[in-house]
Amino acid sequence: MAASSSTFTRNPTSIATSFNSKLSLSLFSPRSIKLPYIHPQPIIKPLGSHARPLPVLRATATPSAESTNATTFHGICYVVGDNIDTDQIIPAEYLTLVPSNPAEYEKLGSYALIGLPASYETRFIEPNEMKTKYSIVIGGDNFGCGSSREHAPVSLGAAGVAAVVAESYARIFFRNSVSTGEIYPLESEVRICEECKTGDVVTIELAESRLINHTTGKEYKLKPIGDAGPVIEAGGIFAYARKTGMIPLQSG
Amino acid sequence: MTEKILARASEKPQLSPGENIWINVDTLMTHDVFGPGSIGIFKREFGENAKVWDREKVVIIPDHYIFTTDERANRNVDILRDFCLEQNIKYFYDIKDLSDFKVNPDYKGVCHVALAQEGHCRPGEVLLGTDSHTCTAGAFGQFATGIGNTDAGFVLGTGKLLLKVPPTLLFVMDGEMPDYLLVKDLILQIIGEISVSGATYKSMEFVGTTVESLNMEERMTLCNMVVEAGGKNGVVSADSTTFKYLEDKTSVPYEPVYSDEQARFLSEYRFDISKLEPLVAKPHSPDNRALARECKDVKIDRVFIGYCTGGKTEDFMAAAKVFLNSDKKVKVPTFLVPAAQKSWMDLFSIPVPGSGGKTCSQIFEEAGCDTPANPSCSACMGRPKDTYARMNKPMVCLSTANRNFPGRMGHKEGQIYLASPYTAAAPALTGYVTDPREFLH
Repeated sequence: MAASSSTFTRNPTSIATSFNSKLSLSLFSPRSIKLPYIHPQPIIKPLGSHARPLPVLRATATPSAESTNATTFHGICYVVGDNIDTDQIIPAEYLTLVPSNPAEYEKLGSYALIGLPASYETRFIEPNEMKTKYSIVIGGDNFGCGSSREHAPVSLGAAGVAAVVAESYARIFFRNSVSTGEIYPLESEVRICEECKTGDVVTIELAESRLINHTTGKEYKLKPIGDAGPVIEAGGIFAYARKTGMIPLQSG
Repeated sequence: MTEKILARASEKPQLSPGENIWINVDTLMTHDVFGPGSIGIFKREFGENAKVWDREKVVIIPDHYIFTTDERANRNVDILRDFCLEQNIKYFYDIKDLSDFKVNPDYKGVCHVALAQEGHCRPGEVLLGTDSHTCTAGAFGQFATGIGNTDAGFVLGTGKLLLKVPPTLLFVMDGEMPDYLLVKDLILQIIGEISVSGATYKSMEFVGTTVESLNMEERMTLCNMVVEAGGKNGVVSADSTTFKYLEDKTSVPYEPVYSDEQARFLSEYRFDISKLEPLVAKPHSPDNRALARECKDVKIDRVFIGYCTGGKTEDFMAAAKVFLNSDKKVKVPTFLVPAAQKSWMDLFSIPVPGSGGKTCSQIFEEAGCDTPANPSCSACMGRPKDTYARMNKPMVCLSTANRNFPGRMGHKEGQIYLASPYTAAAPALTGYVTDPREFLH
């Protein structure tokens, strides 16, 4: 389709980007394409086969007063440990569900983190529920390691997670989170997973890169999401590319 | 080497680690689990009538959820077929008759092994696949890594992807390989050394006299587990071994790429192979390294020899050698899962050296192993519940696969030990984790 060929003949010039943190991937800012900086603002998309639930629309049916807008997430957190691999996030037996099918997308969400061992006594999603009451997941090192399955960030997003805050990520999981726009993969500076408990009420202020745990009263600095932010905000790599003119808008 | 391959793919003279670049993709691989998702995204974003960027550069290999009655799994292979017909995809290794894989002339088996056997892995090229173990192909001196469905959908439409150039870790392995060690032991040693996140976002380059002595299947085993250390990709320089392997498999011209003399590496690790001992990775992580001989009190319930990491012809020959030397029967159920059609056929045809003409299959049968199964990913990932040999209740399993995270093979409380084919065959005979030197004098 013409969409692809016209835009990519002008290869962006080499971008030498230096990073403060090893994982802040400034993946999506080719210099030769001029973009206004897109200030985060709530974006309402009509529900249809193209739409994915965005933070704004993430209204879970729980009384825990979870509210979000694109710059702040507020809710209760679920804490996991190090090396949570994608088999634990979404076991292989559920991979026959195809996320681009809306009904299967919902079903996928209901299985998020079902692979966690029995040592996690409080389960992420109650049996018979389709969504989670925990909109924020707090993890340790190497979150999302293992298989490349994109179903992992997708199931978390479908379940109602707005953001994951981990010490570090495995690369494919991080990439998939950004490309799909399903969740914000945020990084903490310290091991927040050891200082927070499942059920703590937290707020994440994206613009200030800050997490506040209201239950303990402590605040934590997060690493800035950088250029990956606008991509997730837009709803993923394709939506971002269309929004910024990298590829033409779809007709119809 | 990775920097040079990516430089060529992005049409730039030179690159440094950290740069974000658009690269041209030479080959995109997908299979039955992530293919339908990628196709769905491709159609949604580029349009129902869109065409893939190059019908000869997309390779579609059903292999993961094949021999099952699960309707959705079978539907997914149908989705692949419909897409291939519509797009006139040149390389589609189809399977229609599930009752007997042999009557499907195109079906090959596990994608990573099939890619190599069908000549799709070529030095100097860029191969992307919707599977984390796509890094296996780095054995051919190319840049090969795994991506998700959305990225794959993007590549299907444009043939390009935005990637960041990784820095490289150098692993120098010298010394003659003792006859009780296999490549699996080497990579378990490395992962144990640097941990499951030690190579995150980095490239792993393997050099040294030991590496040069490995054949292609061994190099594939080495690169297969790069992702288990968090690695972005792994590479082994292409040499005469590579060229010979490719001679009868591909006529597409290729140009190998080599690291410069003054290439810079982030860190360097050196190993004297002659001093290493057989290893296992204990539950529940590939970096939970331990000496096999120190785990001899661990009772096991079953053994798996197979999959992309340990189900190639060479791997079975190694296991057969152990059984041959012992001349005894296995004490626990021992499952054999060849990675590909060719591996399966070799099991039944190639004589094992020193056996007086017996094939692997005969040796396995005499030892009391299960009949070799249909080539596929099988129980490695605990797929649909009716998968052959899936772990449906908690037990201790010794496997030649590449991951042992909780629930990997089915049951969440199952315990999986990872090992080389030697170190998997020996325990089959004793019922406990065993150092294979007991059977390999």
